Amino acid sequence: MLKMTGIKKIFNQGTVNEKTALDGISLTVEDGDFATIIGSNGAGKSTLFNCICGSFLPDEGSVYLDEKNITFMPEHKRAVQIGRLFQDPMRGTAPHMTIEENLALAYLRVQKKKNVFSRISASERKMFRERLSWLDMGLEDRMKQPVGLLSGGQRQALTLLMATLIPPKILLLDEHTAALDPATAEKVTELTKRIVEENHLACLMITHNMRSALELGNRTLMMDAGKIIYDISGEEREHMTVSGLLEKFSADTGKELDNDRMLLSRE
Amino acid sequence: MSSILSLSVVISALELGVIYSLVALALYLSYGILNIADLSTDGCFTLGCAVGAQVAIMGHPVLALFAAMAAGVCSGFIMSALQTKLGVEPILAGIIVNTGLYTVNLAVMGFSSNLSIFKTETIYSMCKGLFGPTWYKLAVSIVVVVVICVILAWFLGTRLGLSIRATGDNSDMVRASSINPGLTTTIGLCISGSFTALSGCLIGQYQKACDINLGTGMVTIALASLIIGESLFGRGGVVRHIIGVIAGSCLYRFVMAIALKLHVPPECLKLVSAVIVAVAIAFPYLKQQFALQRRKMASAGAGKAGR
Ligand SMILES: Nc1ncnc2c1ncn2[C@@H]1O[C@H](COP(=O)(O)OP(=O)(O)OP(=O)(O)O)[C@@H](O)[C@H]1O
Ligand SMILES: [Mg+2]
Repeated sequence: MLKMTGIKKIFNQGTVNEKTALDGISLTVEDGDFATIIGSNGAGKSTLFNCICGSFLPDEGSVYLDEKNITFMPEHKRAVQIGRLFQDPMRGTAPHMTIEENLALAYLRVQKKKNVFSRISASERKMFRERLSWLDMGLEDRMKQPVGLLSGGQRQALTLLMATLIPPKILLLDEHTAALDPATAEKVTELTKRIVEENHLACLMITHNMRSALELGNRTLMMDAGKIIYDISGEEREHMTVSGLLEKFSADTGKELDNDRMLLSRE
Repeated sequence: MSSILSLSVVISALELGVIYSLVALALYLSYGILNIADLSTDGCFTLGCAVGAQVAIMGHPVLALFAAMAAGVCSGFIMSALQTKLGVEPILAGIIVNTGLYTVNLAVMGFSSNLSIFKTETIYSMCKGLFGPTWYKLAVSIVVVVVICVILAWFLGTRLGLSIRATGDNSDMVRASSINPGLTTTIGLCISGSFTALSGCLIGQYQKACDINLGTGMVTIALASLIIGESLFGRGGVVRHIIGVIAGSCLYRFVMAIALKLHVPPECLKLVSAVIVAVAIAFPYLKQQFALQRRKMASAGAGKAGR
């Protein structure tokens, strides 16, 4: 379970460039919750993730993971329990290392007591192979190739696999299908759904696709100007349509939901 | 050609190439893998030589190798502490450490600018009987470097080694794998420092002397070797890279040996060295440009023929 209380983040405080990116966010995500997050450019979605992961420290407020206060825990220590995917497929993998080596590093996340001088074992290799075959991209036969040779979609799928190789407590997905072509995006989305369901993870997914924001998961959050302005789940969400969501946004904020990457399909 | 490259010239070029390849390997770790331009290399090399010479004078030429490596680890540690704990830029950290090492090196050498170990036993003189008078220096150097290379190649395949390699490749991903990039940087720089110092120690015992300016320009030479190796062998896997680095270092020494044989005055050697570095760095780019030019000309020719 993830709990955030009164999170505030102000960039460049005291200068002309002062910008309140997060304005007192309080949010609880239960285990098994799959929440999608939508909002216009600069609403503070990525900043929210950065605060959860520890890339930035919040100026005010606390972050709890399973009742444990992790507000000041260094980023690499939190990573044991938090899996994260970025919009940019390049950020999740080491391009000059092989697929196998990348997976081994991700696997290291959960092997705290393992001998650091041990090499990739045959049984691990077999496990990696099996997991790669889930992706159905033929990557299991390319394990010795550098990741830099893979396409963006293949890299993103691999990153998803790496983040969930051993299920984290919470999975953060930041527009992770944005750079992919529709078919690959669909595939990665399917995979995401499967992994989240199978492992009963808590998951937050930022998306610019209004339709998948309503279709995927069981909860939808709408952000604007550093605040969560709308939080729907259950029955209310089931009856919600894309147009309804857009109307709700303009009614609440007095502006159009505008995002240069947003797919406003109303079908 | 045979008059230019007599056997003794070839052997001594190989000897130097093999010994100096350790510095190139150190740069492979710091620059090639961790992506840190380590300018403390020059000082660290002299440090290894000075510490090794002093321990050899005390009568322990083999222990000298380990003592020099330990000194190199210290130098690498300070370099990384400046970066990871105090937020100093890598280039500046290297310059600071290099400057400080000058005094440290003088102190190790008993505040004299050179140190002769002419009468003491070295690892080379110890093995003279074992390999014969022509080959013993080369043989000893090769044994040391091969041992180091095997350990390095093995190490870079371990979990810790993978973490170090990933740190230079994508530090975001390293953090996401719950590895502290500060720690892997520190370990990498310590190992790199130990290689540089070991090379200095071997050179000291090889030349039976240590000079305060021994390391000057070392970083350029090592970089040249690294880049020559990469141009020749590509940037493939770890083993290939290591072999490339050693080959690059030997090739560099060959070119220098030929320059000497062609009576290039010793004062001009630094210029020759700079030219080799420039050519080595420009080579991959020129090759690409050349290929492009050929394709352009071919398509221009085809265009004319079509008309
Ligand atoms: N490192 C930073 N320094 C200064 N300002 C920042 C920084 N990171 C983000 N901001 C500001 O904080 C605000 C929120 O940014 P954030 O990246 O969280 O938006 P977002 O909701 O992810 O938008 P998008 O949909 O474009 O990705 C923006 O106004 C941005 O300019
Ligand atoms: Mg964003």
